[in-house]
Amino acid sequence: MSGRVEIGTATRIGRIGRFLWAGWAGVAALSLFAALWSAGHRAYGAFILPDPLATLLAVGRLFADERARGIALATGLRAIEGFALAALLGTILGLVAGYSAASLRLARPFVTLLLGVPPIAWIVLAMIWFGSTDATIVVTVVVAGLPLAFVGAAEGVATRDRGLDDMARAYGATALQRFLTLGLRHVAAHVFPALTVTLGSSFKVAVMAELLANTGGIGGALARARADLDVETATAWVLVAVAGLVVVEYGMLHPIRAELERWREAARPWGVKR
Amino acid sequence: MNTAACPITRGEADAVLRLARIGHSYLGRTVVDGVDLDVSRSEVVALVGPSGCGKSTLVHVAADVTSPTRGRVERRFDRQGMVFQDPRLLPWATALDNIAYPLALAGVARAARRERARAAAARVELAEEDLDKFPVELSGGMRQRTAIARALVVAPDFVFFDEPFTALDVALKRRMQDLVIAAASEARFSALFVTHDLAEAARIADRIVVMDTNGRGLVGERRLPGRPGTRDDAEVFRLVSGFLADDPLFRHVNDVDERRRA
Repeated sequence: MSGRVEIGTATRIGRIGRFLWAGWAGVAALSLFAALWSAGHRAYGAFILPDPLATLLAVGRLFADERARGIALATGLRAIEGFALAALLGTILGLVAGYSAASLRLARPFVTLLLGVPPIAWIVLAMIWFGSTDATIVVTVVVAGLPLAFVGAAEGVATRDRGLDDMARAYGATALQRFLTLGLRHVAAHVFPALTVTLGSSFKVAVMAELLANTGGIGGALARARADLDVETATAWVLVAVAGLVVVEYGMLHPIRAELERWREAARPWGVKR
Repeated sequence: MNTAACPITRGEADAVLRLARIGHSYLGRTVVDGVDLDVSRSEVVALVGPSGCGKSTLVHVAADVTSPTRGRVERRFDRQGMVFQDPRLLPWATALDNIAYPLALAGVARAARRERARAAAARVELAEEDLDKFPVELSGGMRQRTAIARALVVAPDFVFFDEPFTALDVALKRRMQDLVIAAASEARFSALFVTHDLAEAARIADRIVVMDTNGRGLVGERRLPGRPGTRDDAEVFRLVSGFLADDPLFRHVNDVDERRRA
């Protein structure tokens, strides 16, 4: 038994090692991006595109400033709160719809409707309903993210392997046991890619909503930078928003997904792990 | 309804599985109807019939995977196992966890179920180092061994086999059959073994029952001489060629109607 645990730990350490090693590719891509950025800076001047290094220094100044940290934290919290609500509600509703064909048929037009309304329209409505508060941002984020999680979960349920359900039934599994041991596990594989997209859109929508609704946060700071024509600070805030997203995605979603998809990793021959 | 009534052994006092007038319909289409079958303690019954005659549906009904539309199923055993045509392993779980899955459903503690799963794996000669692998890393034969171990791990009194070795090559099929014969004689479980391969039925079973081409009842049965595992290849060959040449019961067994295949 300890042998198995060791194997599990070893593969996990190997996976983390590969993940970190893959960071070199990320660093190379970022360097290339910085070079292009720098070229743009030289061609058009600091007013159009500030120097990458100067922007990094501006980011450093923002991190040193306690008020700026508060601003970034506020946006991060709103985005994550909205994302969590969208993921939870979307997944639960998607599961319900997936298991009941009738409610899926009823829900499909709603999903089309929700996806069809541009987030900007929701921001206006939310501003009217909730004023310039956190709720405006969170609601907009939830509305933007919920349909994706919903579709992911419903698709997951619809594509589950009914053969496994029959197998479990032959061994006396109750409906609840089948749901917990087979259904949820299969749905997770479908929901996670959807959640990664939802998380990305949460940050983007949160910043946009903040900018329009004038509710502080990174969006608010961007609005102020625009008013001051302070391109350096504006770019610095964009970098902060992107960095926040990357940290949450690679620090939270990817490890969970890697753990859930160990078996997929195992299917690949050793030479081509990505 | 042209139910082909037939004198299948009935009313045995020690029947552990009793199917009475079983009928099943999918979306209004009757697949199986009027099936009566008793299986005694420690008896291996092979259920043969042409492709698409409803054998699979019948064994699903018998194993409580599907509810019968008509008729009654009596199960007088405590624990059952089932082996399907495809292994039906959980792709995200290791071989060991797959074998232990029925025990997890039954609420056996983690350490105990791992120990029992290891013992079951040893019975089907799965190597220790393969137990940590995921199904994608195992060969077809290993996957089916895992599925058999999963059926044996619950210490079943009854095992249902639904054409378990159809997808395997000839040599592998033989080894799997030997494994089932050995397990059945050692653990003394009863079994209902669906197959369309008469040679397989003649190797593995105490009794062969033949299903009607259209699923309308069983058309008859033949009790095989001796215990399974004691018949050598020559005897199996002789039995099968005898069935196919002279026995009207088996006239339609090798008929294939692909339109009816589910």
